[in-house]
Amino acid sequence: MIAVKNLSFAYPSGDFQLTIPSMILQPGEKVAVVGPSGTGKTTLLNLIAGIVVPTSGTVQLGAEVISGMNDAARRALRAARIGFVFQDFALLEYLSARENILFPYRIAAGAKLDAGARARAEKLAASCGLDGELGRRPGELSQGEQQRVALCRALVMKPQIVLADEATGNLDPANKTAILDLLFERTTDQGATLLAVTHDHELLPRFDRIIDFSTFRQPSEGAA
Amino acid sequence: MNALFLALSYLRYHWARSVVLVLVTAMILSVPIISQVLLNRSQAALTDRAEKTPLILGSRGSQLDLIMNALYFSDDRAEPVTMAETETIWDSGLGLPIPLNTAFETNGARIVGTSLEYFGFRGLNVAEGRQIALLGEALLGADVAARLGLGPGDTVVSAPQNLFDLDGVYPLELNIVGVLAPTGTADDEAVFVDIKTSWVIAGIGHGHDGVLAEGATTGDIVASASIVEFNRITDANIDSFHFHGDPADYPVSAIVLVPQDARAATILRGRYLDPENPVQMTVPREVIAGLVDRIFRIKTLLDAVTLIVGGAALVAVGLAIFLTYRLRTREMQTAFKIGARRSMILRLLAAETVIILLCSGVIALGITLAVQNRGSAIVAWLLAA
Repeated sequence: MIAVKNLSFAYPSGDFQLTIPSMILQPGEKVAVVGPSGTGKTTLLNLIAGIVVPTSGTVQLGAEVISGMNDAARRALRAARIGFVFQDFALLEYLSARENILFPYRIAAGAKLDAGARARAEKLAASCGLDGELGRRPGELSQGEQQRVALCRALVMKPQIVLADEATGNLDPANKTAILDLLFERTTDQGATLLAVTHDHELLPRFDRIIDFSTFRQPSEGAA
Repeated sequence: MNALFLALSYLRYHWARSVVLVLVTAMILSVPIISQVLLNRSQAALTDRAEKTPLILGSRGSQLDLIMNALYFSDDRAEPVTMAETETIWDSGLGLPIPLNTAFETNGARIVGTSLEYFGFRGLNVAEGRQIALLGEALLGADVAARLGLGPGDTVVSAPQNLFDLDGVYPLELNIVGVLAPTGTADDEAVFVDIKTSWVIAGIGHGHDGVLAEGATTGDIVASASIVEFNRITDANIDSFHFHGDPADYPVSAIVLVPQDARAATILRGRYLDPENPVQMTVPREVIAGLVDRIFRIKTLLDAVTLIVGGAALVAVGLAIFLTYRLRTREMQTAFKIGARRSMILRLLAAETVIILLCSGVIALGITLAVQNRGSAIVAWLLAA
């Protein structure tokens, strides 16, 4: 469970402030975050991931208060329990699809890249339709395939929560649906919570709940 | 290991950039070392050979040209002196004159016409074959033999001096009878012949068909343009070779002089002090000391230039690496968001720099060792140029 309480965040420049009195995400819940640009959707993801810390208030993942941790602890928690999917995929051009999926194992503290991890990456890739593509580099893959690789990278460490920042924003309609299907299926398989920022209102009915940042209210509790 | 793997993957993917960076860095590292090695070797070679050569006699003019030609068989040659000078020294009994005629070349190597005393004086030993004994025979320096892949039983042809001079020097095919043991000096780069053979190449001596009328033993010379002039000296035609003119007038490029003792050296030097005398006596040690002094003064300047250029190149390499880091900002942000440790990101960047420096170091070391191994040959070639 993720709990946000009396959260307030302001950038040092002071031209943006985000205030969230209370927000709770249940394990396995699929939640969409919508709203105009500049309202703090990505900032919310960064706060939950511990990339930035709130000015006041708390962010809690299970029993652990992320906002109270030091930088090293937040990084370790992020590596072990949070998966990130980016709009621009953020794949490393010089690594093969397989090595991109295994990237978190190479950079995270305490992660061990062993045969089990490799087998898990292969299985995950196969379940995302990347069977014959693992030896290819991102430049040799289609956009849809690249986002599948990014999705596998987000899931390979078995995170408790997957944060998707406009994950389907760069994709054509067919790939949008396919990636969202995979995102839902794989997070459900792993029992992970999904918090997805999206501008695509056609996809909203598929989420359990929608958080609207334009008014910061939760209009469709259990919308799906 | 992970940082190393990622850095290697990155460098392999951007291989062209990596190769350029590695090579440029290797050059920056190796150029000052190579110049230092070559300068030290040059100094040693110059000084050593000069100190082992007591006196040089040659025509008046640049002392340096005379010595560089006599010691290193360089291309810069003063006007030749005559064999009469050799005879004068012989007659004085004050020292041993060793004539050198370095006017010709073959396959990029200098042909050195000299007397047998030269080999004893320089301590040159025949490693393969035998010493020259007859007109038209040649002894190869070790490097020339290796470079041309020739040995006893093969031949080399002297290079014509001017293709369009019909009256000039004709090529002479020389019979190789031996190869000298390597010495790491200019002798390795030379082809030695008897001084008389060098005069045959010069056209002063030659051999040809009989020119007497049939049945005549003297007189009745019937020479014509159809007479064949021999361009190779063989057992069958060696007796027909003869010289024209006064032997005292035959040219030599320089004469190495080995005086009997210090007193003889002083007397000999005194005989050539007159600035009006077209012949001069030089002491290689003194001339080379002046040259080395000048080289090292120039080297100080070169060191400063190398330092500035090297510094600028290092800054350029540093800038290229820095720009790489800038280009990888997105990648570092992704790593950070995924949860990479701060030390991991630093290691990732450092690994790339370390790999580039390591590869450059290995290449620079290889170049330096190669230069060090071939240093003597390179210096001999540089000095002969």
